Amino acid sequence: MKNQLLSINDLSKDDVLSILSTAAELERITEGPTKKLPTLRGRTVVNLFFEDSTRTRISFETAAKRLSADVINFSAKGSSVSKGESLKDTAQTLQAMGADAVVIRHGSSGAAQRLSDSGWINATVINAGDGTHEHPTQALLDAFTISKRFPERKSDFSGLKVAIVGDILHSRVARSNVLLLTKLGASVTLIAPPTLLPVGVESWPVLVSYDLDEALEEFDVVMMLRIQLERMQNFYFPSEREYSRRYGLNEDRLLRMKQSGIVMHPGPMNRGLEISAASADSSRSVIVNQVGNGVSVRMAVLYLLLGGASLSEVSQ
Amino acid sequence: MTFTLTGVTLADGTTTNVVVEGQTITSVGALTAGDLIDCSGLMVLPGFVDLHTHLREPGSEDSETVLTGAKAAAKGGFTAVSAMANTSPVADTAGVVEQVFRLGKEAGLCEVFPIGAVTVGLAGEQLAELGAMADSAAQVRVFSDDGKCVSDPLVMRRALEYVKSFGGVIAQHAQDPRLTHGSQMNEGEVSSRLGLAGWPAVAEEAIIARDILLADHVKSRLHICHLTTKGGVELVRWAKSQGINVTAEVTPHHLLLTDDLVESYDPVYKVNPPLRTDADVQALRIGLADGTIDIVATDHAPHPTEDKECEWSAAAFGMIGLETAFGVIVKTMIETGAMSWPRLIEVMSTNPAKIGGYSRQGGAVSAGSPANLTLVNPRSEWQVDREKMSSKSKNTPFHGTELTAKVIHTIFEGVFVVKNETLTGLKHE
Repeated sequence: MKNQLLSINDLSKDDVLSILSTAAELERITEGPTKKLPTLRGRTVVNLFFEDSTRTRISFETAAKRLSADVINFSAKGSSVSKGESLKDTAQTLQAMGADAVVIRHGSSGAAQRLSDSGWINATVINAGDGTHEHPTQALLDAFTISKRFPERKSDFSGLKVAIVGDILHSRVARSNVLLLTKLGASVTLIAPPTLLPVGVESWPVLVSYDLDEALEEFDVVMMLRIQLERMQNFYFPSEREYSRRYGLNEDRLLRMKQSGIVMHPGPMNRGLEISAASADSSRSVIVNQVGNGVSVRMAVLYLLLGGASLSEVSQ
Repeated sequence: MTFTLTGVTLADGTTTNVVVEGQTITSVGALTAGDLIDCSGLMVLPGFVDLHTHLREPGSEDSETVLTGAKAAAKGGFTAVSAMANTSPVADTAGVVEQVFRLGKEAGLCEVFPIGAVTVGLAGEQLAELGAMADSAAQVRVFSDDGKCVSDPLVMRRALEYVKSFGGVIAQHAQDPRLTHGSQMNEGEVSSRLGLAGWPAVAEEAIIARDILLADHVKSRLHICHLTTKGGVELVRWAKSQGINVTAEVTPHHLLLTDDLVESYDPVYKVNPPLRTDADVQALRIGLADGTIDIVATDHAPHPTEDKECEWSAAAFGMIGLETAFGVIVKTMIETGAMSWPRLIEVMSTNPAKIGGYSRQGGAVSAGSPANLTLVNPRSEWQVDREKMSSKSKNTPFHGTELTAKVIHTIFEGVFVVKNETLTGLKHE
């Protein structure tokens, strides 16, 4: 496995399977009375957040702490975009502090890769979301959630039908999930108004539909994406109501899904817009599970990238 | 001073001697006079003319000055460059264009022709005093809001009409601002994967099409800056077939580089207009060879290190190009067999001089022409090294690229300003 996680492209299929099985193992261990493992004792993990994201930061923080790493939260709002401290200066500061891993969330696509490629820092770089590019640990936790819901598949998703619905154009979650789920064999369909699909999507290994109702019965997984209301100002869609009517997962649509189908959402949700309260809270919904699985998956990523002591040792 | 370039090869392949007396070529043939300078193995070309550079002075002297830009130009074989108006203050008055013109004279390494802004402050709303700039000591004839598009069709129409009174030309940076809001790279397959906001070809082509029709309607002269798309080439080809008075330029980087380089997220590849696809590159090469595109211009755009040493979206747009232009054109157009040496002279010297109205530039290598000459070695391998540049900035996308032709000497008004690839310290007074 590479010494970084910038994109799902950094992972082979075996790497992915290894992360998923490690996540399962770590989850099993930490379900016991002691939630904390000593594996990353003495290692420093920096959460470098140029964008607010309380849930992702807390998830990484919890994961690192459960592995006994020292955690520094570095909120660097006012990046070089606003002529505050530059990414380079921040990186060199963290280097001087002896960070072993930097978990970076940044509003600019490619920022994690810049940090990793630039030579400004030796630490392992983990992308926690870069602009509208990728969010690889979100995709890993989504895959982990799916694999737990369909245990008979043992992480082989061939034939599994997944719909990703909503603002594909601006979604790092969608980009990472397309790469990851197809790597595991799933058939992915992107469903969105044409305005919210990128020009060039025809080169992606997916099916594309403009109609949520066309084949809703067929999907094993329906992943709803958050719609940002400011998109309306750029004419991506005419109104909230129209979007919700055409692309929202309401109760009628929920009832049409196949018996075993599940509903996912990376959060935070706009209840009543892309997803109704009834859908979000239904028995099909695994949205709350996604959050918990996020910690296990991020533990696995930190553990594997920072090369902690072997799992058999720590589980004894 | 009198000297003879001996054993030099002309673009047609013949070997001869070229005698320079004072600022003029006095003989091309067997004669010799004055100092004999052995030029065997070298090709003599009329000095290159670059209609599109950013010399950054006044205002951004940390990235380039007229002097350092002129040094880079001389090293690249240019004996004349045009300096774009997007300085600070903007070159939208006679005062600013005269300042740039004077700085160019003082540098004495090549002619520096200021380009005047079309609109006040490049804001696209009110015409700048084009007549005052035309009448100034700088005698401005080329006007451009480059960096920004004159997007208002009425403003563009009026500008095209107005410059007819003094034989001016409007050089348009074709970019519809509404279609490129927040754009970071070419819109297509690569941008879809990288999650970078797209700069669609249509935003360039729509303006080109509109301006061609406007130029035809008011019977004025339009120049399209940095053409980058296949569709743009088609539009200009059509315009020329209709006899519309339009000229177009292409940059060396758009003839060689494609948008997949952005996968590195290295902002050295961030440029406006953006790097496009291979199909666009091929169309540009064909267009340059067949006469659809008239000239090569570098769009030399220096930026200080900190404006490129950052994340992609925070980085400045632009690349330097004066010192690599010739090598890249040989690599893309001569080595590939797309273009001949006489055509290279047209696109790098004769045509840009004609468009700009630069009377001492672009002449043939023959008796009576001003001694503005570039001597090149057409077969000499070298590797681009940004640390060896004379430009004040290092933002070349060609660092490490192997090129096979290089500029050896540059003669400006009879003075060797560059000899054996080195600035001599001499200048034309």
